[in-house]
Amino acid sequence: MREKINNIYENIGLPRIIIISFFVFMLIISAPLGLSVPNLLGDAIRRWAMYGILVLAMVPAVQCGIGLNFGISLGIVGGLLGSTLAIELEIANPLISIMVAMLIGIAISSLLGIGYGLLLNKVKGSEMTVSTYVGFSVIAFMNMVWLSLPFKNGELIWPIGQQGMRNTISLNSSFGEVFNNFLDFHIGDEVTGLHIPTGLILFFLFTCFIVYIFMRSKAGIAMSAAGANPVFTQASGINVNKMRVLGTAVSTALASVGIITYAQSYGFLQLYNAPLMMGFHSVAAVLIGGASVKRAKISHVIIGTFLFQGILAVALPVVNKLMPEGNLSDVIRIIISNGIILYALSKTKGGNR
Amino acid sequence: MDNFKNKFLNFINENKVVMLFVVLCIGAIYASGNPLTFVAGELFTRIGRNGFMVLSLLIPVLAGMGLNFGITIGAIAAQIAVFWIVYWGFEGISGFLLSVLMATPIAILFGYLVGKLFNKMKGAEMIAGMVLGYFADGLYQLFFLYIIGGIIPVSNERLIISGGIGVKNTIDLAGNLKYSLDTVSMLKLVEILFYVVVAVAIFKIIFNKVKKTGTSIVKDIIILAVAIVAYAITFIPSVEAFLASDRLLLLYAVTIGLVIMALLQVWRIINNRLIKKDKEYSIRKPIVLIIVAIAAYGLTYVKPIEEILFFVNIPVTTYLCIVALCVFNNMLLKTRLGQNMRTVGQSRVVANAAGIDVDRTRIIAMVLSTVLACWGQLIYLQNIGTFSTYGAHTQVGQFAIAALLVGGASVQKATNKQAIIGVILFHTLFIVAPQAGKELFNNAQLGEYFRVFVAYGVIAVSLAMHAWKTGIKPIGKDNKHAKLESQKA
Repeated sequence: MREKINNIYENIGLPRIIIISFFVFMLIISAPLGLSVPNLLGDAIRRWAMYGILVLAMVPAVQCGIGLNFGISLGIVGGLLGSTLAIELEIANPLISIMVAMLIGIAISSLLGIGYGLLLNKVKGSEMTVSTYVGFSVIAFMNMVWLSLPFKNGELIWPIGQQGMRNTISLNSSFGEVFNNFLDFHIGDEVTGLHIPTGLILFFLFTCFIVYIFMRSKAGIAMSAAGANPVFTQASGINVNKMRVLGTAVSTALASVGIITYAQSYGFLQLYNAPLMMGFHSVAAVLIGGASVKRAKISHVIIGTFLFQGILAVALPVVNKLMPEGNLSDVIRIIISNGIILYALSKTKGGNR
Repeated sequence: MDNFKNKFLNFINENKVVMLFVVLCIGAIYASGNPLTFVAGELFTRIGRNGFMVLSLLIPVLAGMGLNFGITIGAIAAQIAVFWIVYWGFEGISGFLLSVLMATPIAILFGYLVGKLFNKMKGAEMIAGMVLGYFADGLYQLFFLYIIGGIIPVSNERLIISGGIGVKNTIDLAGNLKYSLDTVSMLKLVEILFYVVVAVAIFKIIFNKVKKTGTSIVKDIIILAVAIVAYAITFIPSVEAFLASDRLLLLYAVTIGLVIMALLQVWRIINNRLIKKDKEYSIRKPIVLIIVAIAAYGLTYVKPIEEILFFVNIPVTTYLCIVALCVFNNMLLKTRLGQNMRTVGQSRVVANAAGIDVDRTRIIAMVLSTVLACWGQLIYLQNIGTFSTYGAHTQVGQFAIAALLVGGASVQKATNKQAIIGVILFHTLFIVAPQAGKELFNNAQLGEYFRVFVAYGVIAVSLAMHAWKTGIKPIGKDNKHAKLESQKA
């Protein structure tokens, strides 16, 4: 019996136990504090589906052997470029607009992803370190690009000076909340009830399903094998490097879809330094779900994102009730997300060598 | 001739990063149109401000732990101390020394913990250090925003947010710690040095007399006499007036530096040729250096250079601290500990086989680096004069590492020289980039983004180059090299 409990404990891991109990604790104390639990849950669900695809981008990356992909900023940048182009084109129909944004985003980020994958093939063994700084530099580089892109649409550029894009771009006139409002409904009251953004959830699950099918396809299985045991895979006639590039490109493309989904749900497009740490949050979420540096499954994504975003969604109002000043939830997010990454790193490397 | 060509190509290949940035800096200075005196003045302030921090990165590189992104944690230790010192109302150099006294144990503890953690993830220290920096930042925010005032009762209108919980965004150091180290006058330094020398000499004499070791005391007495004479000289009014200042005109600094360099070379020639009678010793190198020194002194009469030299004042004490750290880094290499670190850095397997406690050596390296980074942050804060509570430490690792890499250092090798060159180039770019952006593209923001991009980009490229090289190199070769090194040690 004891061994069994120990086994379960080992499998779940201390940080996850802490996080789950923290989440449950927050939910329990939210009701006596006078907060609407359905409201909180609704928020948690919305954020879960909103961030889900960005986290999903970790799966192909981890499975193909490049480890935790801190460099999804590349994909994010591709997605942002796609969105801004779609807004510049002033497509009236929101659904077509978001599709155009995604297509352009996927195209750009796949190309970037292939180049990025080729780079990562050269730096085997320290992909994570390199990818973090490649991600940072891409964001810093794009800062300059955002300032100098020759867009003309008034929604995009600063009204004064006519040069440089705005920090946050409203999506009201293009594809803001197009998925969220698709077939959405309330359980209970309009104000205090549980809001279900059906379209958003469906889209998230649909993307998960596509990735699932991809991972089960011939290419997907070959990719996973390349990540799990490169030497053996090479011996059985599969080009490991090619598989790693494939995984990186898919991961980057997913990130671009992810940021567009995120932006449409948020209602704004955030440029410049806003996506700087998004890679870290996605990594943290998939690790909370139970993934490791070597292995990630779609279930990890679904569970991890819900826990991570759930805590943030629930903790913010609860903490604000308890401590009106400051933003403790932001501090909690920093501690949790980086703590779990550290934990995962310490689990995989080491020894006395 | 062929040999010369090869050497030349080699030189270019090894210094390509530095040369690229030299060109970039010259271009940016030219484009910005800033007067050279302004750039130089800013630059020397920034060297004093950031030099120490960059030099604190060298020890972990030696120990094979790569670029220490964890220096953020040293900075955090410094900031905790600074907050309390300001809160308790200490001022000036005594306040600064107290903050050193308080921050050092905290930094030692933090460094020990970081070292422990890094030992659990060997080979992934850099990514771990980055994440650890963010993680520590979270804990730091928790401490400063909620625990101070929330749990630890602290009441001070100037420091605490009006609600009574949490520390304000910025703490003004003017009037307490600002320039506390920079303004220590040379006279005071000489005085302190005098007392230290006298104390050591007397202690030595008494020790030798009491223990009856039989060592001659003549040498100690000579040292004592020299110290007293030197101290007496400072009472001559003109000398006293010169030393009473805390800033040194760059011209004097350069002159003194060149004279010391020339004297050192002369001493070397005398020592090797006349005292040791070493016939093998080639006097070519020292003589070349003496000529270079004389030529450099001649350059100070060139008009534009002279202008700069008369314009810039450097804070003596701060610069001496930086020089002392350079010396310390060099001395460490000659000790057993330094050699152990180098062996561990080259191959942990070989080090382990040679009986070196790898984990312990690595922890010591981290403790040293964290403590030095902590002092570096104290120097930075006292110079900049405003303590941005939640921002001062966040970019520390990024910028220090970028500066080091711009100087031509890599993940495995970094020297004092590279650190100093790096600080100069990186900060020159930092000073002129916004203005250059404005002049070239009519947009100062672009220049600012460009310098951030340089900081990130240079780290990314350098990390990639490092991983690329180590990926190609066969493993056996590396070990063999390390073995040779450890045998030498």
